[in-house]
Amino acid sequence: MRALLTRDLMLAIRAGGGFGLGLAFFLIVTVLVPFGVGPQTELLSRIAPGILWIGALLACLLSLDRIFALDWEDGSLDLLATAPLPMEGIVSVKALAHWITTGLPLVFAAPVLGVLLSLPVPAYQWVVISLAVGTPALSVIGTFGAALTVGIKRGGLLMSLLVLPLYVPTLIFGAEVARRGAEGLGVQTPLLLLAGISFGVIALLPFASAAVLRINLR
Amino acid sequence: MSLWEYANPVKFIRTTDKVLPWVWALTGICLVTGLVWGFFFTPNDFRQGSTVKIIYIHVPSALMAINAWLMMLVASLIWIVRRHHVSALAARAAAPVGAVMTMIALATGAFWGQPMWGTWWAWDPRLTSFLILFLFYLGYMALWEAIENDDTAADLTSILCLVGSVFAILSRYAVNFWNQGLHQGATLSLDKEENISDVFWFPLLVCIAGFVLLFIALVFLRTQTEIRARRTRALLAREGQA
Amino acid sequence: MVLCVRDLAVTRGGLAILEGVSFELAPGEALVLRGPNGVGKTTLLRSVAGLQPPETGTVTGAEDQIAYAAHSDGLKAMLSVTENLKFWASVFGLSDIEPALVAFDLTELRGRMAGTLSAGQKRRLGLARLMVTGRPIWILDEPTVSLDVASVALFAEVVRGHLHTGGSALMATHIDLGLAEARVLDLTPFKAAPRTRQMDEAFL
Repeated sequence: MRALLTRDLMLAIRAGGGFGLGLAFFLIVTVLVPFGVGPQTELLSRIAPGILWIGALLACLLSLDRIFALDWEDGSLDLLATAPLPMEGIVSVKALAHWITTGLPLVFAAPVLGVLLSLPVPAYQWVVISLAVGTPALSVIGTFGAALTVGIKRGGLLMSLLVLPLYVPTLIFGAEVARRGAEGLGVQTPLLLLAGISFGVIALLPFASAAVLRINLR
Repeated sequence: MSLWEYANPVKFIRTTDKVLPWVWALTGICLVTGLVWGFFFTPNDFRQGSTVKIIYIHVPSALMAINAWLMMLVASLIWIVRRHHVSALAARAAAPVGAVMTMIALATGAFWGQPMWGTWWAWDPRLTSFLILFLFYLGYMALWEAIENDDTAADLTSILCLVGSVFAILSRYAVNFWNQGLHQGATLSLDKEENISDVFWFPLLVCIAGFVLLFIALVFLRTQTEIRARRTRALLAREGQA
Repeated sequence: MVLCVRDLAVTRGGLAILEGVSFELAPGEALVLRGPNGVGKTTLLRSVAGLQPPETGTVTGAEDQIAYAAHSDGLKAMLSVTENLKFWASVFGLSDIEPALVAFDLTELRGRMAGTLSAGQKRRLGLARLMVTGRPIWILDEPTVSLDVASVALFAEVVRGHLHTGGSALMATHIDLGLAEARVLDLTPFKAAPRTRQMDEAFL
C-alpha cells in the first residue's frame, strides 16, 4: 500500500504528472472572479469565503479523472487487481494520493489567494480549517466518481455530472464554516457536520468505489 | 407461486399487457375527475386567489418525483441482491419519468411562486432539494446511456442509486441548514389541524391517485420497451454469431 | 498448488465463446493455449486470473497464487526501470529485483525512464515483473509480442527456470518457445455453440 502511495506521489511530481494542475486552476478562478463581479472591496470580501471554496472544489473536480484513467490505460489497474492488495485499500490510497497532490496544496494556497479577494482577517483561519477538514471528503467522493466512469471514453463530463450533486453537502457546510468565521459567528455546528461528512465518506465510500471498480474491470 | 415469478421478462410482459389497459383507464378517470373537480368546482383561496389551483398538479408531481426515486432505490436493491433483470430495467424505466415529474414540480412551483412570492425562483431549501434531485436523475440516466454492457450498466447505476440516495438525504439536511425558506410547510400531513380544508383535500387526493397510476402505467410501458429492446439485442447477437 | 479449471464457460461482449474447458496445471508444468484469433484465449486467461467471473464452471487454486501479464505491461513512462520493478516487488511484499534485471538483460538499462525504452525492451521489463511477484502460477497473454529471437530465448530460459523451482505457467502464444515439457491445449474444439449468455436467455 505504501509502495502504491509513493509511486503515485512520485508520478505526480515528475513531468506531466499534473501536480500543479489543481493549484493553477484554483489561481485562475480566484483571479478571474474580481474581473467578473467588479473590484469593490466590500463585495469581494463578502463573497471571498464562498469563492475560495468553489475554486477549491472545481480544482479538485478537474484532476479527478487522472486518478484511475492512466492506470487503466497502461494496464496497471488489471495487474493491481491481481496483486495481494484489497481493492478497498487501492481506492483509499488513490484517494489519499489525490488529496496530497491536490487538496493539501489548496489548503495552503487558500490564505494567499484570500489576500487577492480581501478576505476578512478573522476568516483566514476558518477558511484554512474548513478546507483542511473538507477537501479529504472531496477527494474520496471524487474517487468514487472516477471509479464509476473509468471504463468510459471521454467520461470527464459524465463524471462531473455524477460528482457535482454528491459534492453539495460538503460545499454547503464547508462554505458555511468559512462564511460564519468571516462574520464572527459560531462555527461549531457546521464544522462538526463537515467533519462528520469527511469521516463518514472516508469510512464507507471506499467500499462502494471498490465495488464499482471491480465491476468495471471485469 | 411467488412474487418473483414476475421477474421473468416474458411473464412480466404477458402480465403487464393484461393489466395495462385497466391502469390506463383508471389513470384517465382519476386525472380527469381530479383536475376538473379541482379546477372548476372548488372555491378560490381567500388569499391566493385562483393560483392556488396549480396545487392539483404541483403537489402530486412533487410527491411522485420523490417516490420515483424511492422505487428506483428498491429496484436497485433487488437487482443487487437477487439479480432479476426486470428489476434493473424497471429502475432504468422509472428514471426519465421521475425526472419529468421533478421538472413539472419545479415549473409549476415557479408559476405559483411568481404571483405569490414575487419571484420565479428562490434558493429555498425545498426548491433547491428538488433541483439537486433533478441533477441526480440526470446523472443516473447519463450513466445508463454511457455504458454499453447491459449488466455492467445495471450494476454501476444500482450502486450510484444507493450512494446517491444517501447523499440526497444529506443534501436535504444541508440545504435546510443553509437557508430557512419561503416554501409553506407540507400540504399533506397526518396531523389534521395543519391540513388544508376538505374542499381542496378531496380533489387533491384524486389527483394524487391519478399521478400514482400514471407513474405505474408509464413505468410498466417503459419497462416493456426496455425488455423488448434487450430481447432484440440478444436475438441480433445470436444471429450475428450463427 | 495445483491450478484446477473445471468445465469453464466464458463470454465476451454478451456472447458465449468458449465452453466446457477443463484442465489441470501442477507445479513444474507449462500449458500453452492455442487457437485462432478471437477464439477466447485472453478472455479465458482473464477468467482464470479472477478479473472476470466465468459464466459457468470453477477455477480453484488460483487465489493469491497467480501473477498475470497482459498485452499491456502496466509500466509508468515517468519511472525508471528499477523504480517500476521495485514498485511491483513491494506490492507483492518482496524487495530483491536483481535476479529479474539480470535474467532479462536489463541491468544496463536500469536507470533509464521506462518511457524511453523500445517496445521490445518494455516487454522485457513487463515480463521481468513476473519474477518479482514471487507467485508460483504465471498467466501469460502473448508474452513474446515484440520480442526478438534472442529475447524469446531469454524468456524461455526464465520460464524453464521457473518451472524447475516448482512454478507453473499458463500461456497463450503462437511462437514455439522450445519448451519440451510444455503441453499444448487447442481451444478450437471448445468453441461454444452459437447461443447468447444464460442471463440473456430469459429474454428470448
